[in-house]
Amino acid sequence: MASLDDLKKRIVSVKSTQKITKAMKMVAAAKLKRAQENAEKGRPYSEKMNNIILNLADGISDKENAPKLLAGTGQDKIHLCVVLTSDRGLCGGFNSNIIKKAKNYFGKVLGEGKTLKIITVGSKGYDQLKRLYSDKIVEKISFKESKNANYFDAEKVGKIIIESFLKKEFDVCTIFYNKFKNVITQIPQEQQIIPLKSSESEGSTSEDNYEFEPEEDEILSNLLPKNISTQIFKAMLENSASEQGSRMSAMDNATRNAGEMVEKLTIQYNRSRQAAITKELIEIISGAESL
Amino acid sequence: MSEEFKVEIVNPEKSFLSKEDVTEVVIPAFEGEMGILKDHISIISFLKPGIIKIFSKNKEEKFYVEDGIVEFKDNSLSVLTSSIFSLDKIDKNYVNESIQNAEKELSDENIEDQRRFLISQKIDVLKSINSN
Repeated sequence: MASLDDLKKRIVSVKSTQKITKAMKMVAAAKLKRAQENAEKGRPYSEKMNNIILNLADGISDKENAPKLLAGTGQDKIHLCVVLTSDRGLCGGFNSNIIKKAKNYFGKVLGEGKTLKIITVGSKGYDQLKRLYSDKIVEKISFKESKNANYFDAEKVGKIIIESFLKKEFDVCTIFYNKFKNVITQIPQEQQIIPLKSSESEGSTSEDNYEFEPEEDEILSNLLPKNISTQIFKAMLENSASEQGSRMSAMDNATRNAGEMVEKLTIQYNRSRQAAITKELIEIISGAESL
Repeated sequence: MSEEFKVEIVNPEKSFLSKEDVTEVVIPAFEGEMGILKDHISIISFLKPGIIKIFSKNKEEKFYVEDGIVEFKDNSLSVLTSSIFSLDKIDKNYVNESIQNAEKELSDENIEDQRRFLISQKIDVLKSINSN
């Protein structure tokens, strides 16, 4: 059995850990509020953008000559996966959920004998993927310096993707991120951004014809690159809200566990203290009796 | 019958402005200024740098935009833009800086004509803001 001193030390150390997790939870809760607001505010933009593009895509007359970003290269050989994760740990299952989802997809792609390329955004994703897929990772991006997700960063990622698409380095591009539902639930998502999937349009088939100014093709070819940045930005916003939410609940759990542990240890400490006192008393009494 | 329709301006970070009682909107569309009234035909267009004017019953609001897309459908106008400023609140320093940056870019001879056109538009608009 551990000595009294050891127990005391353990209690103190668990207590200080609890203090840290508690503080982290508070910080995450404060950040979550902002991140969640941002994510919700950012949704209309990306949704509208998507809608406009889908409307345009439906209305386009000349499917053959549609921009490649919309229609794809016509091949399905090289898959580019953009895995968006956080830069910091201690956020529960947040990163591993994304990675799990992504790995599933990787397995499928590789199983079909296609080529896989990976871009990781956020250092945690890179750390987890480099062991298994280090030869597949073509680029790793991290925005450790920027405090919040901002559009500027998203545009950078978008540019990298578009450039490599124009160089014909991949055929299909999918992004992975966590969609923020509420504090406890974050749903890992895979979203194909190149070529654009039109199946996601839910019944909003537009009967009415739009007037375009300038021509459809020109609008589309201008809009599509923008849309990619927008979708990535949306993913980043959702991700940062999810990260904070996930961290908050993880830290909440940790604080509770630490509390339980302190309780258990305290009981153990008191018992052994009492046992020691009893033992001493017995010794004294039996000593007195023998005289 | 009311002559009002809905206008919504969103940028990537948030919904910038949303109004239900707008009577007319003038937007700097790609091929010239365009006034939009109620029951306009569905349209999608680009914006070039310029001023968006929003008229409601007895108010007129002006915004400076750099780029964006507009969609008008079912009497609701959506403006998607990444940079928009209310003219009342625009920062003079920012305007001057933008003019300088734009002029610098213009001095590069290798840019496309379309880009050149957009930039010179931008400079004109910014200068007119400054002189007011």
